[in-house]
Amino acid sequence: MVDLAFGPEPGKRPDLSDPRHAYLRMVRQKRIYGAVLLILFFVLLAAGFHLAETRNAGDFLNGLPMLGAFPSEVLTEGWAKRANVPGLALHFVPSLIETLNIAAVSTLLGGLCAALLALLSTRGLAPFPRLIPVFRRTMDALRALPDVVIALVLIYVMGGGPIPAVMAISIHTTGALGKLFSEASENADLKPVEGLESTGARWGQRIWLGIVPQVAPNWASYLLMRFEINVRASAILGFVGQGGIGADLKVAMQWGQGKYDQVVAIFLILFLTIVVIDRGSDWLRTRLTKGAHHG
Amino acid sequence: MVDAPLITSIFTSFQRRKWFAIAIPVIIFAYLFYAAASFDVLGVAARARMDNAQNLLSDFWSYKVNVIRDNRNGKIISAIDADARYSYAPDWVKTEGEVTQIDLGDGHVVTYDAQGAHYVVPGYGTISVIASNGKIVLDAPQPLPEWISVSDTRVGVTTPAGRFIYTKSKVETQRFFAGWELFFFTFDSPFYGKSIGQLTALALWDARLDPALPNWEAISHDFLTNSLWHHGDVLWAVFETLLMAFLGTFCAALIALPLSFLAASNMMPWLLPRFGMRRVFDFIRGLDALIWTLILVRAFGPGPMTGALAILMTDTGLFGKIFSEALENIDEKQVEGIRSTGANAIQRARFGVLPQVLPILMSQVLYNFESNTRSATVIGAIVGGGIGLLLTQAIQTQKDWEDVAYYLILIVVMVIVIDWLSGLIRRKLIKG
Repeated sequence: MVDLAFGPEPGKRPDLSDPRHAYLRMVRQKRIYGAVLLILFFVLLAAGFHLAETRNAGDFLNGLPMLGAFPSEVLTEGWAKRANVPGLALHFVPSLIETLNIAAVSTLLGGLCAALLALLSTRGLAPFPRLIPVFRRTMDALRALPDVVIALVLIYVMGGGPIPAVMAISIHTTGALGKLFSEASENADLKPVEGLESTGARWGQRIWLGIVPQVAPNWASYLLMRFEINVRASAILGFVGQGGIGADLKVAMQWGQGKYDQVVAIFLILFLTIVVIDRGSDWLRTRLTKGAHHG
Repeated sequence: MVDAPLITSIFTSFQRRKWFAIAIPVIIFAYLFYAAASFDVLGVAARARMDNAQNLLSDFWSYKVNVIRDNRNGKIISAIDADARYSYAPDWVKTEGEVTQIDLGDGHVVTYDAQGAHYVVPGYGTISVIASNGKIVLDAPQPLPEWISVSDTRVGVTTPAGRFIYTKSKVETQRFFAGWELFFFTFDSPFYGKSIGQLTALALWDARLDPALPNWEAISHDFLTNSLWHHGDVLWAVFETLLMAFLGTFCAALIALPLSFLAASNMMPWLLPRFGMRRVFDFIRGLDALIWTLILVRAFGPGPMTGALAILMTDTGLFGKIFSEALENIDEKQVEGIRSTGANAIQRARFGVLPQVLPILMSQVLYNFESNTRSATVIGAIVGGGIGLLLTQAIQTQKDWEDVAYYLILIVVMVIVIDWLSGLIRRKLIKG
């Protein structure tokens, strides 16, 4: 018992004749460790913030009162020209649709590639078991690069437009979803696959009839989650690169005062879209996973 | 006896599944087709700049040496990346009087002389460029292949061996070599051209090259202040990016933790504050990192602190939601037990709730830290801090693609290291 509690190594043992004392001592020791770690953590945070502040153009305390300045400036002008806002919002709907299309297409393409890579790298399902580590590392590498970075390089080669954005987000999505997909398919029951194998089913048939029905709810829920993330990514991408609602926002912001009604309109439809997609995918995902539990 | 309704229900469900199996792929394909049409896929194929792609790829794995003659004063310089700081005398360039001969290898030879320049391309012939009365005259075997570009003021030749450009003011030959020659040390460093073995020996036991400094310090100094690659600044930028992610993620967790108690239905009996807190979290998440970043940049100016605050804002919303959901799923029995000892609300939270949720929360925070190192790169590009800024600048100048390659590699390494580290800690946390 003593070995179990305090480890096999010889040394000073607590005095067991007084268990209360020993226990309190252990608690005190734990608390001291915890406190030291916590203090260290806070010191690190404070030092980090101080360092970041010295490298920043403006400092924190002077900036704090200014925090409301820009939003209020935008909102006052937006309010003054509130008659324009619905019209402008309608005007920006096509670029919003472009942003959404970029997100949807790249989620679909990335999802298809991810499904393939995931199946190729799942133990027990992979047609080439030797190559599993290769496919895994491929997914890691695809996931490591931020989509905006890939997009900037692709824009240089392919010119502007939505295609480089789609390719960039698809590449990142393939890596990110591939990992989640393969985790789901690792947990799938292999008995249906064995059954299908005994009837002489080919690899594609085994996957389609044995695995896909099992993992479909999980995969669909991951796809929806990724779509949410990709909508945001494609808006940012427009801002940094070009195309879609992000680019319009950048132009309107650069124009500055006088175009703030446009900024308000864009913020508004972007916010509403994100909230609607968030809510919709939340609702669908709970339905999907709950449905999976029921059978 | 077979149950007839059961059979019909099974068959209808089979039928439905069959339809689904056909309809879903058809819908997906139809959508992709519509998207391809609206994105103008064919136009992109026409617009794509393959020469840009070639430049980019060649910079990724090679460096170039430019041999440039100023046509006005006849001065010749051979330098890496056409930068006078990195000029040297390569053994494949021979100058005698007014004639300079450049051997590009594989039989490709470029000669500069008083009248102009010649380029001998094996299997094609000699390309001669003669400058007379301010005009450039090209003499080459007809018909001209597409790798020779000619205008009144410029002749350009691109071959596998190198590039040759003649303009009125100067004539330039570029030869490419594998690797990044000056990556570790520039020519002015005494450590240039040393092998790893020699450097280790120098650092550990050889005599000091500079009596004032130990060798290992001199080596790291020369490496970090490399005037072409700026390793010191680049590594600092990587650190800044990590700093943004670290500060943003962990401060957001600290702020979200107490607030999430207000949003959890089993911790907060009153509906109004709970509902309000949840809407606040929704609002913060809904506004999106991009919009928060833009608002914060206006207030705090560009820099890493602004980036950290932008991550902090978005993650507070996210953590608030995740934490309050975790709090709602705790085991109430432990809280009950603590309550029976007469503990107040804070003690119950500390000893009854936190020990249950802390591992889950920590692993969520670490997971977000990992994904925030990626976001910090992107946010850095908008707020002007860290490796993201360097990368977007390098891409926008469209010149130094070897820098872009270097930054990309650093970002991948950074993300993979953080990924691995947070995975390690998370596994430890889950095991307890």
